[in-house]
This record gives sequence, C-alpha cells and structure tokens, in this order.
Amino acid sequence: MALLLFLAQTLRIAVPYLFAAGGGALAERSGIVSLSLEGYMLGGAFTAAIGAYYTNSAWLALMCGVGGGLVLAGIHAIGTIRFRADQVVTGVAINLFAVGITRFFLQLAFKSSSNSPRVPGFGGENAGVWLALVSNPLVWLGVAAIPVLAFVVHRTTFGLRVRAVGEHPDAATSVGVPVNRIRYVAVLASGALAALGGSFLALDQHQFTDSMTAGRGFIALAAVIFGRWDPVRAGFACLLFAAAETFQIRLQAAQLIPSQFVAMIPYVLTIIAVAGVVGRSVPPAALGRSAD
Amino acid sequence: MRRTAFAESVLPPIVALGIILVAGDLLILAYGEAPGAVWRTLAEGTWGNAYGIGQVLYKATTLTCTGLAVAIGLRAGLFNIGAESQLAAGGFGAALVGMALPASTPWIFAVAGCVAAAAIAGAGAGAVPGVLRAKFGAHEVIVTIMMNFIVLALLNYIVAARLHVPETLHTPTIQAGALPRLSSAFAAFHGSAANWSLLIVLAIVAGAWWYLFRTRAGFELRAVGLQPGAAEYGGVDLPRTLVRALTVSGALAGLGGINFVLGYKGYYEDGFAGGAGFLGIAVALVGRNHPVGVLVAALFFATLSQGGLAINAMVPKQMVEVLQGVVILAVAASVPEVRRTVRQAAGRRIGKTDPTPPGNAGAATTPGSVG
Repeated sequence: MALLLFLAQTLRIAVPYLFAAGGGALAERSGIVSLSLEGYMLGGAFTAAIGAYYTNSAWLALMCGVGGGLVLAGIHAIGTIRFRADQVVTGVAINLFAVGITRFFLQLAFKSSSNSPRVPGFGGENAGVWLALVSNPLVWLGVAAIPVLAFVVHRTTFGLRVRAVGEHPDAATSVGVPVNRIRYVAVLASGALAALGGSFLALDQHQFTDSMTAGRGFIALAAVIFGRWDPVRAGFACLLFAAAETFQIRLQAAQLIPSQFVAMIPYVLTIIAVAGVVGRSVPPAALGRSAD
Repeated sequence: MRRTAFAESVLPPIVALGIILVAGDLLILAYGEAPGAVWRTLAEGTWGNAYGIGQVLYKATTLTCTGLAVAIGLRAGLFNIGAESQLAAGGFGAALVGMALPASTPWIFAVAGCVAAAAIAGAGAGAVPGVLRAKFGAHEVIVTIMMNFIVLALLNYIVAARLHVPETLHTPTIQAGALPRLSSAFAAFHGSAANWSLLIVLAIVAGAWWYLFRTRAGFELRAVGLQPGAAEYGGVDLPRTLVRALTVSGALAGLGGINFVLGYKGYYEDGFAGGAGFLGIAVALVGRNHPVGVLVAALFFATLSQGGLAINAMVPKQMVEVLQGVVILAVAASVPEVRRTVRQAAGRRIGKTDPTPPGNAGAATTPGSVG
C-alpha cells in the first residue's frame, strides 16, 4: 500500500516533466535550444487557469493552455529561426517575459499578485490518490506522449527530417528538406507539449499561483540531457527525478537527508552526464546554430 | 570599418528602445491608463529626485558586475548563465569573512578581505564549469544552469540549517567590512540603498576594460572567442584560457555581492540575488560585451526596475518585467539583422557584396553549439 502510494505520487509529480521533456527532446533534436520550457509551462499554466475560470470547462482550459504555450513558442521560433537570434539569449528572455506577463495579467484579471481564484479541473474533488490520477486524462496523455514522440522521432519521415536538421542542416537542405519549416513545427510542438504540462499543474491544483512552475522546466531540460536527447530515456529520467522528489517529500518528517540535497539530485546527475564520466551525453551536432 | 562596427553595436539597442515604448504603451492601455502620464511618472520616480537616483545607482551597481561577468564569458565564446548563483556565492563569501573578522580590524583590511572573499567565492563557482568544459568538453551552458540550482540549494541549506538568525533566512550581521551609504556624505540620498561599493565597482569596470584590451591574457581570451582554432594554432593554451575566462567571469559576478552585503544590509540573505544574475545576460547583450556599454546598460535596466516601483500605483510594476524580456528579445533578434544590413550597405559603398560568410551569421554572440 505504501509502495502504491509512492508510485502514485511519483507519477503525479512526473506528468508535467513528461510533457515538457518530450517537447524539449523534439525541439532540441531539431537543433533549437530549449531553455524556454520553463516559460512555456508557466504561460500554459496561466492561460489554462484563465480558460478554466471563464469557461468552467477543463477541456477548453486545456486548449487555452496549449494556445498560451504556442504563442510563447511562436515568439521563440520567429526570434531564433527567422531573425537568427541567439537561442540561449532568446530562451532566457522568454522565461523572464513569461514571468512578467503572467504576473501582469494576474493583476489585470484577478487583482491579485499571488494567485487566481479557484478553478475547475478534471475529476472528483475528494477522490483517492489513484482514482484522481486515472480519472485525469492529462495523466494518460502525459504517459502516452513519450512512446508517441519516440515513434515520431525514430520511425517517421518527419522524425528523420527533425534529426537530420538538428545534426547537419546544410546536408538536409541539399536533399530538399525545408530546414526552417521543420524547426518551426518542432519548436511549436514543444511549446504545446510543455504548456500541457503547465496546464496539468494549474488544473491539478485548481488555481494558478505566481511562478508556480518553480523550475520544473529546467528539471525537464535536465531530463532531456540526462536522457541523451532520446524521448524514452528522457521519460525514464523524468520518472527517476520525480521518484527522488517523492522520496524527499516522504522523508521530510524523518530529516534523514536535508531536502536541499535531494533537490540537487537531477542537476548533479545531469552535470555528471554531460561531463561524460559514465556514458557521455552528446548533443545534436547543430544544436544552437541557425541555418542559412 | 570602425563606423560599421559602431553602428552594429548601437543600432540594436535603439531599435529595442522603440519596441519597448510601443509594447509599454500597449500594456498601459490594456490597464486603462494614459501612457504619457505613466512614462512621466517613471522618469520622475527614477532620475527626478535624489532618492530615485540613489536607488537606480544601487541596482545598477549589482547589474554592472553580473553584466561584466556575462560579457567577459561571451568575449571568450563562453555563455555563463550561472551569474545568479555566483552572485549569491560572492555575497555569502563576503558575509562569512565580515562575520569572522573581529570588529577591531582596520577598516581598509576588513573591506579588502570581504571584497576578496566575494571574488574568490564567485570564482570558485565559475571555475567548476570552466574545468568541466576544458577537461571533459561539458557544455558550459548546461553546467552553469545546473550549478545555479546546486549552489543556491547549498547556500539555502547552510543558511537555513546552520547560520541563520532565528525567524529569518539571513546570517548574523557582519562585524567588519561594512561600507557606508552615499547618504552619509550627501544627505539628499537619505533612505536610498546606494553605497560606496559603487566606487569599487567603477574601479572593477576600469579593471575589466584594462584586462580585456590591454593585457596578454585578455587578448588571448578575445582571440579564443573569435576563432578558437586559430588562437590555438597561434600558441594560445586553449583549455587554460577557457578555465580562466569562466573563473574571472565568476569572480566578477561574485563581486556584485558586496553591494548588498557590505553596502546595504550588512548580512547575507537567502535569495538576495533576486534575478540580477539573469538580468546580467540582458545587460551584457545590450552593452555589446564592452565594459563601458555594460555600465550604460546596467543603468538602463536599473532605471526600468526602479521605475516599476514608481508607477506601481498606476500600472502593476510587473510591466517592467515584461519590458525587460521584450528588450532582450528585440536586441537578440535585431543583432544579426542589423549586422547583415549594415555590412551590405558598407559592401555596396566599396563595391563588394555581403562579406558575412554563410553559416556564420551569429558567430559573434553564438558560442557554437549548445545544449
């Protein structure tokens, strides 16, 4: 029973990571740096909460959430692809912009600097942990997103093109692959996916709170890198990081290990992975470069 | 050639200024206020009185350090996103030394010790990604992002579990090394946080300029940033230069910590960096990685951030956070565009076509492939 609860809590924490890491893996595979996952998630959480508040429908809220993510990802894509802006700088800017714009409209819409009013979500209010999980379609979507993305990246023409564009855009151009169009699609898809993760947070907690993503976009990015830019491995990394977090929450009362050290686990593992101590994590060759 | 270089540096910030005026107008109108009145309040609340000026100078002091940190890294082709945690580490180092020194320590030694501690703590946090990059090829963007979370969690643990004043998240007050406020000499600044670390930071700006443009190490650093292969062929020790660049970068960010710890509060407080490290990226970008440009850009971003407080009664202060993001986006997007346009125009004048080689359009700010 305790194990089942542990698994349920891990899954619940992992859902937003799974969405964002899946999207991040796709965008980074196409050669566009995904520092802005955090911003997409926050933007998606906010527009989902707004949608839920005004429409009273969780499904319409999801569409609003995806819309918010698409707008931010669209800005990122136009900046980095059309204008060839530095991808790291643009990613940082999107994150700052998302924090600012959600706070601004939180004031405008709800006259609050901290949170939105209570909004509807999926499923019953007083359901048990497992029932709440299985009755939330976003959980199913999040778990399904990883194998679907793995299939898209490894088994479809589009996925082959994404990988070609991310490894060697010039070669891709020479065989007629529309490099920029592929990158636009990949970045927009990453925005939509990360925003679904953000929407899950807002609908699961039945409100939007200021900066509620709290670095989850960066944990997802760490999972992408730790998973060597492969959707399935990134998915397992998400589960691992979520399990560590659950472990920390469960052990908080016991004070065995200070919570700050458990919180460091994803980041330390990621540094070890990129430093190549055990099985080097090598990024796509053209990651961060704009195409001509 | 010098004229095109100058145009390439100055045009993007001007374009960005125009864009934020439009974006700001839209946000103000969305809130149902008159743009003219809000902008006037912003100007009056920042540069219109001594208190406002003092606050802008205080904020600009920290931003100058983090901006220089990012700029030095970019000059070497390295992207330091870790200024946020290096700044916090520097502040913590300064506070530790200030607490450990007896109150009777001669003032000059105490300040020197605290400043050195800030630089060393920041340098330590910067050296880790430097070494990992030079020895293992681990990309510094990834490592500095992850280091931010690790260092901040570590500092949070030390302060929360070991060193805090009860009921707070800050350390005890330093006994030695405190710097007086500007208001001790100029009464008009009364109430503002501006302090004499301002002068130390001005000296740091001059030092950074000297280091970059007048020393062998600075020359090697810039050579590596422009063409690592050519620099190595010319005899530059590439790994050592990479480590040195990120270590110096970390030290500069760490030095920003003295402004809050020695000059303002007299203690280290969890979360005092408050985004100044990330804003350093914007400062370096707008300042075009030049120490003087960084200083000007820091004043600009400090004005925006203080201006937000001034207009808060009319429009939510978060408006300036949006505008900060818009500035970065606008500058980042217009840099390659302006470069192309300016060089095409210059090429036409001397009868040549676009001298930018294909595939190299963003080379000056893009440190190669990143994760």
